[in-house]
Amino acid sequence: MPGLQKKILIGLFAMTLLSPLGILLPKMFTSGKAWGEWSTEKVSKDNGYVPQGMQKDASMYNAPVADYNLGREQDPVWKQSGSYIISAVIGIGAIGLITLATIKLLPKK
Amino acid sequence: MHIPDGYLSPQTYLPLYAVFISFLSVAIKKVKQKLSVRLVPFMGMASAFSFLIMMFNIPIPGGSSGHAVGAALIALVLGPWVAVISVSVALILQALIFSDGGITAIGANSFNMAVVIPFVAYGTFKIIRGKSHSAQRISLAAFTAGYISLFAGAIFTATELGIQPLIAVSPDGRPLYSPYPLSVAIPVMAIGNLLVFGIVEGLITALLFKYFCKHNINLIEILKA
Repeated sequence: MPGLQKKILIGLFAMTLLSPLGILLPKMFTSGKAWGEWSTEKVSKDNGYVPQGMQKDASMYNAPVADYNLGREQDPVWKQSGSYIISAVIGIGAIGLITLATIKLLPKK
Repeated sequence: MHIPDGYLSPQTYLPLYAVFISFLSVAIKKVKQKLSVRLVPFMGMASAFSFLIMMFNIPIPGGSSGHAVGAALIALVLGPWVAVISVSVALILQALIFSDGGITAIGANSFNMAVVIPFVAYGTFKIIRGKSHSAQRISLAAFTAGYISLFAGAIFTATELGIQPLIAVSPDGRPLYSPYPLSVAIPVMAIGNLLVFGIVEGLITALLFKYFCKHNINLIEILKA
């Protein structure tokens, strides 16, 4: 494998292991979700109601690993961190499969 | 910047689906011409990089959080059309597997992050770099490309959210979808990106661009022209 590709893969691996920082830091600084990405409960609390269309559409799709969490929202931080790393691996695995499939589909020269 | 289901009205998300799909099909056509066993693995790694960097939520103490996208760096290194494909693959997987971003909003989110950011970054870099070969000027151009492009993505996102109370209202006058007006959405998203997230995107873009320039200059799309 060419040197640069190897270095990039090592970098991606390091990012995967460090990814729980993405949930730990916001917890440490008691900051909330990204602006405009709240649940209907939060929207209801802030506005006194949930807009009709939002209520209807918000839960139209159930993702297999919602919020990068395989467990529950109340899980201890270490468990959520584990979930987060596994989620990263699932995401990268899916990207890897798509990449391999694309290489297979490439016309042989 | 990942708009969830329920925040955009169909009259917003359907046209954005159409716009995104047009860009994606042009991107696929353009990239296909130079697609090679050499480029595809880099596209996959770019997609993984963008996927991962978006997992690093950066807090604004006591406020909301946000993240870099990595799309500016991908646009500079592999070209904006490759970035359209690599970043949208990451975004589509985030929506389908992790409900990070809504299913209905895949078009909007991909347009904001996988189209707006790469092209604004590419254009900004070209303008600031000019014809200079100075390493400092190139780093400045890369930083500004990341900084401005993330801001542009945020402004598009805020505008799409902010027009909802104007264009989708129930008979009793209440908003049907995102209830926050432009006068709230734009400043909040602009400030977060100008003060925090944009700086992170800029630094990542500048530092890693410098790294790639050092290690493999003939990979770099934007320096070829």
